[in-house]
Amino acid sequence: MLLTFSLEVETIKFKNDNKVIFFFLLPALLFWSIFLFYPIIRSLYKTFFFTVHNINPEFIGFGNYIKLLTDPVVWLATKNTFIFMIAAVIFQVGLGVLLAIFVDLIRYGKNFFRTTFFFPIVLSAASLGLLFRLLYNYDAGLLNSILEALNFEPVLWLDAAKALAMVMIPTIWQYVGFYFVIILTALTKIPNSLYEVAKIEGASTFQRITKITLPLIFQDIRVCIVLAITGTLKVFDMVWVITAGGPFDSSQVLGTYMYSTVFQRRLFGYGSTIAIFIIILGVIVTTLTNKFIGNRDVTID
Amino acid sequence: MKANFSPKKILNNIQDYFIEISMTKFVIYMVLIAWASTTILPLLWVANNSFRTTTQIVDAPFSLPDSFDLANYINASERINILNSYKNSLIMSGTTVLLVLLFGGMAGYVMARFKFRFQNFINKMIVVALMIPAFVTVVPVYEIFIKMGIVNTYLALILPHTAGNLVFATMMLSAYMSSVSTEIEEAALLDGANRWQIFTRIFVPISRPAFATVGIFTFLWSYNDLFSALVFVPNKSVQPITVLLNQVKSQYGTDLGLQATAVIVTVIPVLLVYIILQKHIIKGLTQGAVKG
Repeated sequence: MLLTFSLEVETIKFKNDNKVIFFFLLPALLFWSIFLFYPIIRSLYKTFFFTVHNINPEFIGFGNYIKLLTDPVVWLATKNTFIFMIAAVIFQVGLGVLLAIFVDLIRYGKNFFRTTFFFPIVLSAASLGLLFRLLYNYDAGLLNSILEALNFEPVLWLDAAKALAMVMIPTIWQYVGFYFVIILTALTKIPNSLYEVAKIEGASTFQRITKITLPLIFQDIRVCIVLAITGTLKVFDMVWVITAGGPFDSSQVLGTYMYSTVFQRRLFGYGSTIAIFIIILGVIVTTLTNKFIGNRDVTID
Repeated sequence: MKANFSPKKILNNIQDYFIEISMTKFVIYMVLIAWASTTILPLLWVANNSFRTTTQIVDAPFSLPDSFDLANYINASERINILNSYKNSLIMSGTTVLLVLLFGGMAGYVMARFKFRFQNFINKMIVVALMIPAFVTVVPVYEIFIKMGIVNTYLALILPHTAGNLVFATMMLSAYMSSVSTEIEEAALLDGANRWQIFTRIFVPISRPAFATVGIFTFLWSYNDLFSALVFVPNKSVQPITVLLNQVKSQYGTDLGLQATAVIVTVIPVLLVYIILQKHIIKGLTQGAVKG
């Protein structure tokens, strides 16, 4: 399994260790139980009720699940989420790897590029969303201004045909720097002697990348792919600020559809069903990713 | 680091520089500069337009402002109490950071140094918790807060933010602490220290870099989170600064200058943190990300 967390633990025995363990862990466990795990169980319970405004719940058995399966917007949002995932893996991780390899090859300005590539990550998706809304603005947005300066007709960027792409671009763009930094760190761990041997044997830069670099950072690329896929399921702020899922649900992803179902249409039971659907989808997708990308370790020999 | 500026060295550097530039290098630099422009230019464009009125922006999107006209900023501060919102953000995100570092440090220490019955289970719990998006838990948590009567108080944002960030914090801190050698601990033990003393006097100081990274990221994520703020603290007097974005977007959607200003006002504190603490942010995060 790729997404696991385990440590090599070295211990020293004490008297009363169990008490210590209990009191040190207690605050964290309380927080997780109350604010992460209880809500999931509670949401699961809610999926069996029909409730508007969260009052007078009426038991309807699997009614919400049947509704989920026949709701065209759910399928559209799921499809969009999957498109998002594929684009994230190809472009986010792909660009991250490409830029990292490039920065690793150069000598001057490494720090500058690292700083500029990473900084969108520290900004909030909400403020970047608003920023991109301004770029896309029809009358005075940056994009249309450039088009007009080049004597082209202005474009309506956020129409139903383009909205999904227009919310995907900033979301993907924001996190390229994250994968870039992870891969760059992996690259710096490759010993220089390997490259020197390759140089002596007359390998070109391209061969050096495909034969030495890529196989050695394969493990890190896998981590990036899993992070990109699970990250997509959490996408909300950016899409919400730019299009709120519209126009006509064309840029709806599962997160935005769940939010609007609960907080705008006030269907708490059905919204919870979508939430549970997101979790189930997450578990399936992560398991499949682990299976497909496999566990092929490459070591430095 | 102190650089030695000798003319000879500089000359050598310049020579090296020109030898380095080949066709491949040129293309590589072009690609890198192109990507760097995508991250810098939009923000500069917005910063520039935050000093201009909507009509000016529509007429000439690329010109520099005639003067540093603060009209948008004054306008924004009339719509929302900016200073008060900064204060709210600081209190809520600051408290979250303190709680996360304390509880995350304690849990991380136990995970790194003890073997116990439910350890594997807790490890799995952490992985699952990392995947849970905030919007899945929001409704039940809201119900709890209504019952406790703490919606629209600082606690309503501090508690869920602490819970969410504790997961990542525990992973990072325990990964760091597990690499601390046991020898120091054994020495402290001989001196008669108890577990709490070992934690506060040895592990906390040694793990300072990890605490710094976790603290910075917790602060950024808490400060940046719009979604929870909209749900848990809708009242103006306790709103954090990010909410300004949403208000300006929905109420003044046609005022481009004001929107640009809202972006700049929310982004500036974060940019300052990033520029000052850059080293901890990038290095620390990758250490944790690759290890975890």
